Amino acid sequence: MSTRSERILIVGSPNSGKSSLFNRLTGLRQKVANYPGVTVERKVGACVLASGQRVEILDLPGTYSLTPRSPDEAIVRDTLEGRLDAGPRDLVVAVVDATNLERQLYLALQILATGRPALLVLNLMDAADAQGLSIDVLELERLVGVPVLPVSSRTGRGFDRLRAALDCGGTDRLPDDGIPLDPALGYQAVEAIVQRVTRRRARPDLFRARLDRVLTHRIVGPVIFLALMATVFQSIYAWATPAMDALAAGFHLLADAARGALPAGPIRSLVADGVIVGAGTVASFLPQLAILFFFIALLEDTGYMARAAFIMDRVMGGVGLPGRAFLPLLSSFACAIPGIMATRTIESRNDRFATILIAPLMACSARLPVYALLIGAFIPDRHFGFLSVRGITLLALYLFGILAALAVAWVAKRTLLRGPRTLYVMELPPYRMPSWRSVLLAIRSRCLLFLQQAGTVIVAVSIVLWFLASYPVAPPTSASTPGSALEHSFAGRLGHAIEPAIAPLGFDWKLGVGLISSIAARETMISTMATMDRMGGRPRYTPLVAVSLMVFFALAFQCMSTVAVVRRETNSWRWPIFMLVMMNGMAWAASLVVYQGGRMLGWG
Amino acid sequence: MSRSDATESRTERGRTLASLPPGSRAVVRGIRVRREFAHRLMELGLVPGTEVLLVRRAPLGDPFELLVRGAHFSIRRSEAERIHVDAL
Repeated sequence: MSTRSERILIVGSPNSGKSSLFNRLTGLRQKVANYPGVTVERKVGACVLASGQRVEILDLPGTYSLTPRSPDEAIVRDTLEGRLDAGPRDLVVAVVDATNLERQLYLALQILATGRPALLVLNLMDAADAQGLSIDVLELERLVGVPVLPVSSRTGRGFDRLRAALDCGGTDRLPDDGIPLDPALGYQAVEAIVQRVTRRRARPDLFRARLDRVLTHRIVGPVIFLALMATVFQSIYAWATPAMDALAAGFHLLADAARGALPAGPIRSLVADGVIVGAGTVASFLPQLAILFFFIALLEDTGYMARAAFIMDRVMGGVGLPGRAFLPLLSSFACAIPGIMATRTIESRNDRFATILIAPLMACSARLPVYALLIGAFIPDRHFGFLSVRGITLLALYLFGILAALAVAWVAKRTLLRGPRTLYVMELPPYRMPSWRSVLLAIRSRCLLFLQQAGTVIVAVSIVLWFLASYPVAPPTSASTPGSALEHSFAGRLGHAIEPAIAPLGFDWKLGVGLISSIAARETMISTMATMDRMGGRPRYTPLVAVSLMVFFALAFQCMSTVAVVRRETNSWRWPIFMLVMMNGMAWAASLVVYQGGRMLGWG
Repeated sequence: MSRSDATESRTERGRTLASLPPGSRAVVRGIRVRREFAHRLMELGLVPGTEVLLVRRAPLGDPFELLVRGAHFSIRRSEAERIHVDAL
């Protein structure tokens, strides 16, 4: 026995039920942040032991190996070897799925071989019982040389004993009495142990076999997959709207209340039109985020996500992306922000960054009002049979975004994000009932992460945009319409300033002001254009200008909230700046081709 | 030299995992992929001598689902073509 530990490290492979063990031990006392310099999540919590003492508990990323292949696996190794973030008195809790002892013990023995004080937790004992599996815990304890604790994180069984064992601090082992790093020898050792401790073998998982036969069936499988994805998409696209409207109305009331409470002047305007608008923008993303992460947690916890990736792998592989990139990209049609945050399920860094790179090219729901307005105003309402020109225009814009995304991904994976070839191995875990506790905790931590990291940037940029649109104040002598005030402001001057750059695309300075305002959110373009309209002399644009503008919107990286999230998820300003230059460059070039080409064909 | 020749001739007679029909069992003989990939595949339990069940192929023919040591995982065809096996 050793002295009391200072901290607890939970280590295990991705499907060992490690996170639900962590959730069970910490409850709401947990925090998610990033490791410095990398985009790997660092989950810390506080755990109350049997003695009543509180200790810090760290849930290390899931890993298959201590020979790392990815940043998160490197973090596990570095922590265990004491190079990162860990003290010598930390207690290691090696977690294994009891129903898959042979595979999971291999990693566990390597973890124990690092020589830290340790415990071995046999998780998922409820599932093991259900399968008729029986393990000789005492014999296993004797063979591995550390206390072994059978638990079920789902039911809470065995946790009293686990908490008591955590109090005692586990057993020190000698670093050299572990198993060799050669997998062949390692598995020999594991086989010997498993043979001695297994009293009754598990019955084959017939439920899994039957369900897999349907869910990965050649025809039925993809149909179910598409139906599920349609449900997810529909829910973030449509079901989030009432909550988003309610939040918008709430922030409207708040702005009105602020206007009533504060004396007229710059402070009132700053609070009502800058800060509260910014906070409202941040809040408006929460319903979509919560719904998407509800589905992601549910699909991950039940084990379906791995099947979805299995089905889609070949399709996404065509442009060099893994199957797991599908859901983040689909979500990006509702909003790129939850989509980009969902790329965390992609293991390889290059694949993940490639997916982040193209997510904003999916036509998000903020583009739809802009498309709808422009199509309604400028595209003739003609029909060819049952096809309407307006409908086809909208469809073409969506397809245009998708094709551009595929092209960018294809190029990026061959240039910027080439790197060494990746080994695509993916575990297909057994189907399990989701733990609602884990699902809710996942939603909560995602939303908090967004508020902390992206929220601050969004509010700050909102204040800057408010300033640009409000100052300098137009002299009171001029005819004071909102439009003329806007023209006199920095935003209006910026619109004039960028006019030479956008004139070749068919845009005048008023559209320039609209483009600047769409940095806050693309749909803001509409209200800005309405304000400009009120200046009298309603701007007249040709259908060609409208098409050019829509093409620009399809490709341009305008949304500051997305910039903030990309900055956060890639942990550097390099990627968001690169995306700003690349996508806006693409948008400019495409609009130029459309407008100048159209004029040459005499459509101007 | 003689040892590598022996492996060669044995795998020559065997087949690759990619050539097996779904539902068939085989014993792993050798993995002919780059070292780090081979190491990772072996860490997942695919060490020579291990029995593998090719459970199914994905709807579009790639990737493959394997059952190795009680765990299911998927690998792409490009790797399955380089895992030499003896069919059972």
